[in-house]
Amino acid sequence: MPSDKRRRSVLVQMETPNLIPERDLGKKPILEAHDLGIDFGGLTAVDDFNIAMGRTEISGLIGPNGAGKTTIFNLLTNVYRPTRGTILLDGYDTAGKSVIEVNKMGIARTFQNIRLFDKMTVEENVLVGLGNSMSTSLLTDVFRLPKHWRQEAEFHDRALDLLGIFDMQGLASTEAGNLPYGAQRRLEIIRALATNPKVLLLDEPAAGMNPNETDELMENIQKIRDDFQIAILLIEHDMSLVMGVCEVIGVLDYGRIIAKGTPEEIQNDPKVIEAYLGKQEAK
Amino acid sequence: MTFLTQVLNGLQLGSIYALVALGYTMVYGIILLLNFAHGDIIMVGAYISWIVMSKLGMSPVLAVILSVLGCTALGVLIDKVAYAPLREAPRLSILITAIGVSYFLENGSQLVFGADAKVVPDYTSLSTFQVGGMTFSFTAILTIAVTAISTIVLNLLVQKTKLGKAMRAVSEDMGAARLMGINVNTTISFTFAVGSALAGIGAVLYSMAYHQATPTMGIMLGTKAFVAAVLGGIGSIPGAVIGGLVVGFAEVAVSAIGLSVWQDAVVFLLLIIVLIVKPTGILGRPMTEKV
Repeated sequence: MPSDKRRRSVLVQMETPNLIPERDLGKKPILEAHDLGIDFGGLTAVDDFNIAMGRTEISGLIGPNGAGKTTIFNLLTNVYRPTRGTILLDGYDTAGKSVIEVNKMGIARTFQNIRLFDKMTVEENVLVGLGNSMSTSLLTDVFRLPKHWRQEAEFHDRALDLLGIFDMQGLASTEAGNLPYGAQRRLEIIRALATNPKVLLLDEPAAGMNPNETDELMENIQKIRDDFQIAILLIEHDMSLVMGVCEVIGVLDYGRIIAKGTPEEIQNDPKVIEAYLGKQEAK
Repeated sequence: MTFLTQVLNGLQLGSIYALVALGYTMVYGIILLLNFAHGDIIMVGAYISWIVMSKLGMSPVLAVILSVLGCTALGVLIDKVAYAPLREAPRLSILITAIGVSYFLENGSQLVFGADAKVVPDYTSLSTFQVGGMTFSFTAILTIAVTAISTIVLNLLVQKTKLGKAMRAVSEDMGAARLMGINVNTTISFTFAVGSALAGIGAVLYSMAYHQATPTMGIMLGTKAFVAAVLGGIGSIPGAVIGGLVVGFAEVAVSAIGLSVWQDAVVFLLLIIVLIVKPTGILGRPMTEKV
């Protein structure tokens, strides 16, 4: 249920280079990065990274281990401060914003190594995500005034709605740390969705899932995009998922995008094969 | 009924330790800091009561309110001035800073108030009351009741409110909490405020029982409350209450059998035993190293 309270911003008019060929962005891109780069000491971890994501686009970022994929997520969420380049979310520059502000502007993410609040229940994890839109006062909560019960019921309903995406309502009062692995990954996605994002970043959502679970996840990623009308950028090693769900794929190697295109284009790109398999194997 | 009296004494002393231990455990739970200045906040609270009642001659009610508010403000101020700039620094730096703040408060109050003990007047003229032929200390009953209520309110706060959920989320994973839009700084300030408010309540209850304010009174009280927090499992709120009561009862029991010179030693002996047998404390969970 996309919230109607979502800010509809006046887009900053600016020329967006057509970074990904043969693709209609529809409206203005929701997320853009221009010449983004970061150095750690003398090491350039990411360089010349450009992206322009459509409002309801599903994109993938692939590449060998250590190529800089998670670093890009950390840049997009302002966990790292870029050395070069700019990030625009819905036309607004995110430079200088805090991690919290960027989340409120509409970027939410999951983590490669699951980072749920293990000792809190499944529902509480979602409620933490919903926190941004909660306007409750401490007094009504502590003294359990009637308003508290109304709000609690409202947020309980919203949390259960969100859990319903993955049929997890029945697990609402389970401690998150006790969930099976696959369910923890699903809960992380729900918790991220609870913050009402415009762009959802998924860091290896299929890691550790079996093929059936991966297929189910694939359907659900599309369903989330359709229901919430948001853009999804995912990092994934599972090629069946990436090729099956992404409309655009970028291949990262040594911190640079070496190829960009549709799944078919990527699969046949000699540079990609080289990056993954080494020079000898490539034609 | 000396036995019942001793039980009440144990509960009273244990309640004060529990209130102070809650402050230690909450701050540790959220930023992994052993806030050694926490005991000294209680000392400042006792001096505030003394100033308001003895120096200014104002009402005890005002003394209670100002002591609690003063401690709360002091706790938040200490965090903002001394600890917040070191949030990303190694844990040892902030620990040493905490010891520094503790010395600062102790020597600062010695400078301002002098080294001699100040007598905190009675907050209330009620001293004892009788029920069915038995005499009860009013202070003891009040202390136990206030601690019970404070613990219940704190529990509601942590379990049921948005800020409480934020506190638990930050204590589990600060980075992830930030990415979920939780304002980590506000949450930490709030934790210091709540912990220090409890210390303020503890200061009032302690002054009610012992009527003294000295610059160094926070050291032993703080250390014993710290033992209580570790005993219960540092980071655990129910653990702090249990630890506080255990320490209080142990002290009273030792005194009751005529070994009162041993009462401090017994507390630390308890700590040593717990650290050998169950290093994570009574309710502590095994620590997993966060990366």
